[in-house]
Amino acid sequence: MKDLIILGAGPAGLTASIYAARKMLDFLVLTKDIGGQAMWSVRVENYLGYTPLSGLELVEKFEEHVKEFNIEIKYSPAQKVVSLPEKRTFKVLTENGVEFETKSVIVATGKSPRYLNVPGEKELIGRGVAFCASCDAPLFKGMDVAVIGGGNAALDAVMQLTDIARHVYVVSIEDWTGDPVTIKKLEAKENLTALKYYETLEILGTNFVEGIRVKNRKTGEEKVLSVRGVFVEIGSIPNSYVVEGVCELNQAGEIIINCYTETSYPGIFAAGDVSSIPDKQIIIAAGEGAKAALRAYEYLIRRPD
Amino acid sequence: MPAQKKVVIYTLPTCPYCQRAKSFFSANGIEYEEKDVSENLENREEMIRISGALSVPVIVIDGKDVVVGWNEGLVREKLEVE
Repeated sequence: MKDLIILGAGPAGLTASIYAARKMLDFLVLTKDIGGQAMWSVRVENYLGYTPLSGLELVEKFEEHVKEFNIEIKYSPAQKVVSLPEKRTFKVLTENGVEFETKSVIVATGKSPRYLNVPGEKELIGRGVAFCASCDAPLFKGMDVAVIGGGNAALDAVMQLTDIARHVYVVSIEDWTGDPVTIKKLEAKENLTALKYYETLEILGTNFVEGIRVKNRKTGEEKVLSVRGVFVEIGSIPNSYVVEGVCELNQAGEIIINCYTETSYPGIFAAGDVSSIPDKQIIIAAGEGAKAALRAYEYLIRRPD
Repeated sequence: MPAQKKVVIYTLPTCPYCQRAKSFFSANGIEYEEKDVSENLENREEMIRISGALSVPVIVIDGKDVVVGWNEGLVREKLEVE
């Protein structure tokens, strides 16, 4: 039986782990990776104490710091938190089928890229379907690709890809909503076709992406674009499924917390991007992680055994 | 101590997970061969053939175990790193 289990090892989870270690709690961290979404930041300019650095560099500093504390991290992501009210404990089930019991939980599982949820997408992830242009773009050198989305993330992806790929189709369900400065730069690109007011119906291909089928939302006209890469850049969703049905979620699917990081379920705390805190920033997630660990500690010392 | 398994990693210079994987190997004294797939299209085609994937990193252990993406838990297991 653990005092605490921290789910996730991004900025929130790692900060929580340092605070929990300093409180000498018997705890462990369950995660799929270290760093979470912070890894995807090309440049972090607003983390106090560090002049601009990449997300990767910041994460490596986090990891180095955490290593000072002999913290137990298991690469076994949580799948479900089940409450055992009669014992005032929780069972955490992991994706690897291992179970842990704990007196308290901090959910710091962050967000993941939003899927289109169209046929072919899941099957072809890593086979042409990609979610991180800044990571994967050079793989598509000389190929024709599509970017799905019209916001800043999508247009940044387009910007990178127009320099690498042969041709870039930009498929968006409405007009572009990215920053005007980016839009202006893209208007000058010759290897770009904007398909505005088009929805993506299907990603085609057997072993690898071979194309996408899109439909004009105004005229109903459908067409197939022959592409080998599809970058899905349509935002992200909170990984709150672990406590779905246990804690209250808001309309965006975020775990509702109060200003103490307490969720609607006593003993479960949430921190960082998975929570209803409005601003999604590395430094805010870290601060929330600290608050969650301190609050979990308070909960544990007041909890009747 | 058993002979170290042969590790090949296919990478892109832009991919933070490739950097993570390489840091992990270095920190654990694991020698590896790196093949950049951004400029060298032969490397890219070789990676696609071996892994069936268009995604990095691809880590190949002893020419048979293929790990697509950075999965520290799985790589630790395959290389028997505590």
